[in-house]
Formats: sequence, C-alpha cells, structure tokens
Amino acid sequence: MDQQDPKRGRVLPAPENFLDPAGKSRRRALGGLLTGGAALLAANSLRAAEVPAGTPAPTRFPPGVPPWSQTLGKPVGANPYGVPATFEGNIIRRSSPGLTTTTQSSVAFTPLQNLFGIITPNGLHFERNHNGRPDIDPYQHRLLLHGLVREPKLYTMEDLLRLPSVSRIHFVECGANSAMEWANPSVPTVQYTHGMLGCSEWTGVLLSTLLEDAGFDEKKAKYLLAEGADAAGLTRTIPIGFALDDVIVAYGQNGEMLRPEQGYPLRLLVPGVQGISNVKWLRRIKVGDQPFNTREETLQYSDLMPDGSSRQYTWIQEAKSVITSPSGGQQLLDKGGYFEITGLAWSGRGHIKRVDISTDGGKNWRAAKLQTPVLEKALTRFRADWTWDGSPALLQSRCIDSTGYVQPKMRQLREVRGTASIYHNNAIQTWLVDAEGKVHNVEV
Amino acid sequence: MSRSERIVGALAAIALLVAAGPAAAQSKYHLGQKATPEQIAGWDIDVRPDGAGLPAGQGSVSQGNDIYDAQCASCHGTFGESNTYLALTGVKTKLNYATTLYDYINRAMPFPHSKSLSADEVYAVTAYVLNLSDVVPADFVADRDSLPKVEMPYRDRVKPYSGLMSVDGKADVQNTACMQNCEKEVKVTASLPAGFVENLYGDIRDNFRGLATMNKLAPPVTSAPVEVAGGLELIQKHGCVVCHAVDKKIVGPAFRSVADKYRDNADARAQLIRKIRDGGSGAWGTVPMPPQTEPSDADLATVVEWLSTLPGEK
Repeated sequence: MDQQDPKRGRVLPAPENFLDPAGKSRRRALGGLLTGGAALLAANSLRAAEVPAGTPAPTRFPPGVPPWSQTLGKPVGANPYGVPATFEGNIIRRSSPGLTTTTQSSVAFTPLQNLFGIITPNGLHFERNHNGRPDIDPYQHRLLLHGLVREPKLYTMEDLLRLPSVSRIHFVECGANSAMEWANPSVPTVQYTHGMLGCSEWTGVLLSTLLEDAGFDEKKAKYLLAEGADAAGLTRTIPIGFALDDVIVAYGQNGEMLRPEQGYPLRLLVPGVQGISNVKWLRRIKVGDQPFNTREETLQYSDLMPDGSSRQYTWIQEAKSVITSPSGGQQLLDKGGYFEITGLAWSGRGHIKRVDISTDGGKNWRAAKLQTPVLEKALTRFRADWTWDGSPALLQSRCIDSTGYVQPKMRQLREVRGTASIYHNNAIQTWLVDAEGKVHNVEV
Repeated sequence: MSRSERIVGALAAIALLVAAGPAAAQSKYHLGQKATPEQIAGWDIDVRPDGAGLPAGQGSVSQGNDIYDAQCASCHGTFGESNTYLALTGVKTKLNYATTLYDYINRAMPFPHSKSLSADEVYAVTAYVLNLSDVVPADFVADRDSLPKVEMPYRDRVKPYSGLMSVDGKADVQNTACMQNCEKEVKVTASLPAGFVENLYGDIRDNFRGLATMNKLAPPVTSAPVEVAGGLELIQKHGCVVCHAVDKKIVGPAFRSVADKYRDNADARAQLIRKIRDGGSGAWGTVPMPPQTEPSDADLATVVEWLSTLPGEK
C-alpha cells in the first residue's frame, strides 16, 4: 500500500485503508485526524503516537518475507463451514441505538458501506422480526395451502424441495427503509440510512405452481393471505396478480438453505414488494376474494398522509439509489486524489435504466457506469470516476427505472406526502464531503 | 388372514385407488397431502373485516379489564398510555376495523407467550381495549356478531392506494432527469447536530474496514463481561427480556440495577427467586411484575446466579 500512486485518493476508514502501523499512509492519516480536532480522535491519535517506539520493523513488506510465507498453514477443512477472515470481524449487522424498545421486535441493518457487488452475504442480510426469531425444525414444518382451492394441501419441506424450482436474484427492502430520514437527517452511516436492504439469489417453488397444484379458483381468487409460523403469526395480503407472476415460496438463499434470520426453512419472496410482504417462516397461504386488512396493513405499514388519512396496501418499492462509498462516517485523504464513487440502485417496478451522479448537490449530473448484470427487481451496482479537488462536495445519485420514473428529491416527496408517513422514503441521498474529507449525512 | 378378509382387503385397496384416482389426475406431482378439516381449523385463525373467521364465544369489558390488568398492563400501561411499548392510542387513531384488533391479539399477544388466550379471553380483552379507547360503552360484549359492527373512528380514513398496488400503478411524486444547471443555489439545509453521533453511536470508525480489527492502533473492542452459561439464553427463553434489559430500564429495571441492589445481601438468591416466582410491585416503581410460574426452579437458580455475576452500573 505504501508504494501506491500518490495521486490515487484514499479513504481513511474504508476498504482501501489496509494500513500498517509504521506505514507512511498511517502517519498522514494521523495528521488528518489531528487537524480534524475532534477530541475523541485526537485522544486516540495521542495513544497511537506512542506506538511506533515498540513497533517491529516492517519485515512483512519487500524485501522482507512475511511469516505466513514461511509457516505451514492450517489444514484443509479446518473450518468445515467457512467463516470470514478474523480481520473482517467488524463487518456486521448493527441495530440503531434507541430505535426499538425490545430486541425481539426490532431490526438489524446491513452494512452496505462494507459490501461489494450486488449480492448480500447471508450473514449480513438485514434482519427484521416482530415477535422474535423462531428456530424451526424443518422436519416438523408444514405449509398449509387452503381457502378457494379445489383441494386444500399440506406440504412438507421434502415435498417442496421435490417440486419444480426456480432461482432468481431479487432485492428485499423494508418498507420503512430510510424512515428515520423523513423529517431530517438522523443517522450517521449508509448502514442506518439504507441498510434495511439486501439482495440474494433466492431458490424455491413458484407460488403459481402450488396454486395450480391445489387447483385454486381462478374466477373467485383475488387476494391471498400469507402467514408466518413465528410468535407474531405475521400476516400480509398478497394480490393474486403478484402471486401468479413472480412470487416464490423460497427455501434457498445464495446456494444454501435460508438463514434462520431470513425465515428458515421457508419464506415468501415477493419481488419488488416491501419487505414485510416477504413473510418469513411461512406456514400458511389462504386463497380469498378480498384483502385481509391485517394489523400490519393498518396500525403499521400504512402511510400517514398530511391530511390525516392513511394509504393502505402500499406494496411496491419505487426506484431508489444510494452512494455506498464515499458515504457517511468515512474520511477521504489526499486532496486532489482519485476516488471511485460507487453505490446501489433498484426498482420494484422493473430494472434500472440509468444512474446519474452529482458532486455539487444536484446542480449538474453525469451518467454513472452500470455494472452487469442489470436485473429486474434486483440491486444494480453503479460506478463513476471522481477526482476530489479538496473542496467541500455534495455527492448524490439519482436513478431512472425501466418505466421512465426518476428518483425524487426529498422536498418533492415531502410536498406530497408530508413528513409523518414513515414508509416509502425513496428520496435522493446527499453525502457532504467536508474540507477535511469527512463524509456527513446532510440534506440540501 | 381368511379368504373373505383378503377379498375385503382387495376391495378396500381398489376403492382407495378409485378414490385417489381423480385427485391424482388433477395434481400431476403427487406431492403434498390433502389437508383435513381438523388440520385447517387449527391454523385457520385469521379474521376479516366482515367477521369471517371470528369463532364462537364472547367477552365483556369488565372481564377484559381483569385479563388486561394481569397480562397486558405491564407493557401497555394501565390505561393503554404506555410510551415504552406501543401505546394503545393507535386503536382509536389508526385502526379501521375492530376485527383486526381481535385477529392481532389472538395471534400475537401477549408478547412473551402469544396464542395463549382462549377465544372468550380474546373477545374480552378486545372489548376492554375498545372501551379504553372510548370506541364502545362499558357494557359492550364482544362476539362474532357485535365486533364487525363496531364503527371505528378512523375507518374511512384508511384507503387502499392504487399507485403502489401494482407494478404499473401511477407514481405520485416524480423528478425530472435534468443534467445541467438544475438548481440555482444549493445549500445544506439540515445535518446531524454536533456531538450527536459520538453520543449515540460512540466511535463509528469501526463501522468500516481497516479499523478495530485490522488497524492495531484503533481503540480496543470493549470485552464482554464473563457470563454464567445459560443465563442469557434463559432470560430470552422465558421472555424476561420483554420487560428487562441488561443495562437499561425498559418496563422493569435493568438486570444490572437488580444485581447492584442485591449484591451485598446474603439472602439475595433465595429472595430474588421468590420475587420472580411471586411477582409484585413497589421495589422498582408501580408497574407490577407478573408472577412467573413457568420457569423451573433450576432455570430460576441459573438466572439468579447469572444476575449475581453482572458488573455494577458504574
């Protein structure tokens, strides 16, 4: 790292910052922190300044040979189920302090700032439960499909694993993602602003396959009820149109069985629709002829409007994007350095057509590069080159989906929906890079 | 087996094949069983606004009062006013059908042991909560006929919103894809208050790669206290964490506060076990702790042992 091109910009607390204690970049980083002046950081820098005396010579770098090149490594199979490197120990889901009263009805956010590409590692996919996470024995789990069907059916997991299957990559976003930002910026990092978001390759049986298997009433069936086997018995109404289109009764997540946090052994996957409709620990589907008006469709997950009314059945997650690096909490070094701006875009109505980037708070825009694959109702990774000139910058991304819809500004959303609606905040996010390179969550 | 028995057996087998025939022809996978009415009845618990799904039974406001005080008040407040847990004010100001209240209490409440109330009890608690919210009079009796007829104050204000109900629904807020000179002036209009992040989130530098674990100069991760095996699992299993957290007050005191209070008391363990078993109020405020009859003596002993190992609050 020490020999990198000095013109290449570096981010202090970010993937590029694999620094050695005695390294040149570390000293420059300390300089940056000291000029920052924050008491906390300064205190840490003082501690750090004492370290070099006892620091061993950097023999791990050329011409030295590091110990791992001279020592027999661990045996194959030392970790029969692999885990991330110990150095990745701080790449974890986090709960936002003070957000929820209990740890059972709560949420832990995906660390979007740490991730690459479009697939969320299974252990980092955000977790939102309503009455705690059950541990379900798959051999004793059953899916009941009944209501307006010719033959009500009870499926075992083995039955479901034998039925024709599909694997598809889709995002899951909580309807309340970015909820804390409706009134004003209130959280520091993209993990908290946008981290109720994940994207996986989901495997399972198309719901339409099961509906046909049970002989659903094609004339009368209008809405389905999906119910979880958790203590919440969480229920949501699913329209028959979605059910026959692309809804999956899923047991697989990125090549393995679902994680318990994502509904092991069975969940619903309703592409493009707010997270709560993707009912986890799925135990029952009832075919009906009218919406079910569940508690999670009235008391919560309905959008409060300025006139005091509530919008109900707000299923679709509209097009949204966010820059994940540079993002809140990071610090850029090297004024005049090159930085790659990168982030994620997605739409519940189709695929992403274009993502634009602004570094001046939305005055001027240019198109970012989209990384393939660009899939329907899936995260799309975008990238743009940026050379920071060292002066304050306001970074924004704005996406356009396959319907031509353009991601709105926060004030445009507020003009129509006010500030109390909690759900469906898909506004453009602004990150301020200040003159010291520190990145902050702001609104313009 | 006699000849006649064999014939009967063969006939029965043929009858079975015939019976299975049409269904098998319709379902090409031959997977899954036909669900019996009894099986469906056990799980078919949803209740619709028109009352479909409401079971037989009934419950009055006064019956509900007793159940509520024993099973609900500790979280929701004696008058549904709690601001720790969801206040029940939403029943009046956001809920459109009383049937949904029944459905939810029946499937998801009480929080630590859901689906434990009988139909009569759910009707009674529903009636009481509706009365607390001034929606029904004190002599209201909830049953499958009366509940769908309750006029919720907010009913007409909850409306399906077609814009987000289908992929091609019309968007209500649109931006334009302007590329040059799109804003006259750009100003930062809102940001996080100074000190906010440090106070609430601590040092967030370890939220990124290259710190804490990878950068040896970063502040050390605070080590967790040594814990008695099983204590944490048991407070989850028995639902203690619904009202208590290790280091903060929720409805009841923090476990560390309890540990502090009994730290120098020789008889503390027996006393604590008794208090958990019998419940009570007064020691930590007026909110009563319900009696805990379910955990075994061994589990309570483990929990109390675990409590005694918690570090003090300071």
